[in-house]
Amino acid sequence: MWRVFVCLVFAVTSATAQKVEVIKFDRLEELMTTQSDKIQVINFWATWCGPCIQELPYFQNLEVQDPSVKVTLVNLDYADKLKKVNSFVSKNKITSRVLLLDDIDYDAWIDRVDPSWGGAIPATLFINTASGQRKFVDRPLTGAELETLIKSVKSTK
Amino acid sequence: MKFKILLTLLVCATLIAAAPAAYDLGDTVSDFKLKNVDGKMVSLDDYKSSKGVIVIFDCNTCPYSRAYNDRIIQLNKKYGPKGFPVIAINANSPDLSPGDSFNEMVSQAKKNGYDFPYLVDETQNVARSFGATNTPHVFVLQNDNASFKVAYIGTIDNNARDASSVTRKYVEDAVDQLLSNKEVTKSKTKAIGCGIKWKES
Repeated sequence: MWRVFVCLVFAVTSATAQKVEVIKFDRLEELMTTQSDKIQVINFWATWCGPCIQELPYFQNLEVQDPSVKVTLVNLDYADKLKKVNSFVSKNKITSRVLLLDDIDYDAWIDRVDPSWGGAIPATLFINTASGQRKFVDRPLTGAELETLIKSVKSTK
Repeated sequence: MKFKILLTLLVCATLIAAAPAAYDLGDTVSDFKLKNVDGKMVSLDDYKSSKGVIVIFDCNTCPYSRAYNDRIIQLNKKYGPKGFPVIAINANSPDLSPGDSFNEMVSQAKKNGYDFPYLVDETQNVARSFGATNTPHVFVLQNDNASFKVAYIGTIDNNARDASSVTRKYVEDAVDQLLSNKEVTKSKTKAIGCGIKWKES
């Protein structure tokens, strides 16, 4: 009986901790362009980036509180750090989707996220695919700033 | 009250007017003078006899800067004697990034045997005037009759993680082309990097 219990507990805990998926840029581009009824919030971060980690809870809360928002946390650690990223995600109980972008030829894709981006992180892209509204910010955000930005992409022109 | 608003507007206008737009390719760079890790002041004008300068906004703490450290040292060893020495500048606010304090810069330069200046941009004005955003961020300047013109803006090469897997050496290619009086074919590149830690405004 106890074996069943252990198995169950194990199944539940491993189901809640998400496994970070490793992707190439084309997958991200698909996400940025596919029509969606949700506001896409795509945040670029890394485990070594202090200001990025500081703002992660705002994104997590945003998605929990606002069902019209879909948050994707694009991790830029190197792919050989996947284990570290996975344990960071489970330790910090991150439920928003995390994708590890394993595409080291940065110059090939940074402009395709936003031409104004120099490559510094944290950076966040807000897309309303329905209206075509788009906002890009390449600096750390506060919770209040995040709300204002969401409102501005939600509003119809 | 009205006076206060007017005054604020005036101050804002002055600030906007005083903030120069970031340098772009072909722009002439104004002289700057910053403190080096040896305590002496270094200015761009000190390099008037060289063919150009490789200005790199860098820091102690960013993983990308650490990954590129050896490559930056090698750039100076290779191109210093050819007339394009490296000037490294750290603009990070030590309040936000204690590992980038002047003392830490001194030990970083000593530990890694920097044979080029490592300057502190305390006011962050130089980084702002260049439009530097992340570290390491490279600006190759060409000396054109004693005025320095921006010839390349961007990253060092196309593989931050592994120097041995690099297939495009952007900065070396640019400097090689300048040295042989050719046009720089790839004059702008981008890379993921740590944002410069700007002081709270």
